[in-house]
Amino acid sequence: MRRVLTASIFVAGLSIAVLAWASRPQPLAASQFDGLDGDADRGEQVFWAAGCASCHAADGARGDERLVLAGGRSFDSEFGIFHAPNISTDPDYGIGTWTLAQFGNAMLRGVSPQGEHYYPAFPYTAYARVKLQDVADLKAYMDTLPASDRPNDAHSLGFPFNLRRTVGLWKRLFKSDAFVVNDELSEQQQRGRYLAEALAHCGECHTPRNALGGLDASRWLAGAPNPSGRGSIPNITPAKLTWSEREIAGYLASGFTPSFDSVGGSMTAVVDSLGRLPAEDLAAIAAYLKAVAPSE
Amino acid sequence: MSLTRVLVVAAAATVGLGVALADQPFSSELGARQGQFKLMAFNIGPLVGMAQGNIEYDAATAQLAADNIVALAALHQSRLWPEGSDNDSIDNTRALPSIWENTEDFSAKFDDLGNAARAMQEAAGTDLNALRAQLRTLGGACSACHESYRQPE
Repeated sequence: MRRVLTASIFVAGLSIAVLAWASRPQPLAASQFDGLDGDADRGEQVFWAAGCASCHAADGARGDERLVLAGGRSFDSEFGIFHAPNISTDPDYGIGTWTLAQFGNAMLRGVSPQGEHYYPAFPYTAYARVKLQDVADLKAYMDTLPASDRPNDAHSLGFPFNLRRTVGLWKRLFKSDAFVVNDELSEQQQRGRYLAEALAHCGECHTPRNALGGLDASRWLAGAPNPSGRGSIPNITPAKLTWSEREIAGYLASGFTPSFDSVGGSMTAVVDSLGRLPAEDLAAIAAYLKAVAPSE
Repeated sequence: MSLTRVLVVAAAATVGLGVALADQPFSSELGARQGQFKLMAFNIGPLVGMAQGNIEYDAATAQLAADNIVALAALHQSRLWPEGSDNDSIDNTRALPSIWENTEDFSAKFDDLGNAARAMQEAAGTDLNALRAQLRTLGGACSACHESYRQPE
């Protein structure tokens, strides 16, 4: 009996050690960011492509208010309620004191300067594919934006999701910096893939998730239930999105559909951001969407 | 079945259908308010087409479209949005109940649409650049409401 007990304790201890090891945060070494020089003008394009303001600006912010990244919007999910944090330049309440390596590890690895995991409501699963130079440019631009002293709200999550360390295991299952669409693509389609899969993180809403909240890559961009209410996020694979490339690019630029309805719901903020990109970039996203596998 | 009998059954079915349609609460309000948005889209069409270079800019056509949008945006809305005509209460609408919880904001957004429409009325017949510059504001006024108050499909 005693031997069984000892063995059980040993196995339990070993399991905990393995889980602790497997779930550890894995930031990039700070030296990876050495020698990168951010360009704020280029960073502004990265900022709009990455849609930062869609979540981090205050609810209902319009025009220049969208440059105040005070956070505060809440996002319902089946795991609990997430609150977007303040990522303005405020040194106390925002991220004004962060180094490029800290900023880069937040975006690319989902790891905070304190070495903790972020929850994947922050789409680092997509940003993991962003180029280091774009990260540096983005930071240079965000450093020019206004400060806000709005304090952060704690997320309200149920057990076990309230244990941040569990996110480390989740990342092992669902985080990859490889692109999803790996067919032979033209240069334009590759640019579109980078914009759609890395920066604009289209898949976060348009791809269905499994029971653990991981994206189902086999149904990439095939539509999903609306996380914030009734209705659904549309399928934008060629099986359902039958608009021409020109029409898709026109919609992203103007917010008007080919039948002249206007964009609504959470896509409104997306178009407000993407509409600021050069026409070639929107055409590239449209070309990429045509190359995605049709999925009913 | 005799012909008379077929006719009687068909007539009864038609009456039944009519009653069912009339039974849908607020059907005339829904028809009218959705109709005004269809007319709005119909008139925004040429402006978007010209702005995106899909059709050639024509000052007279653009002006007529913009004039119509001003007229449509000026329609009094109160009778079109009776309480209980939200998508929780009835079918065939995507109007969210939050409209009736935020009536002041809802009508402020309609006022913004009126302002954007009048700015477009000034610009549309001037030249293509002026039209393009105002289209973003006009589209923004449409989607401001659709962002908060219309349920995704």
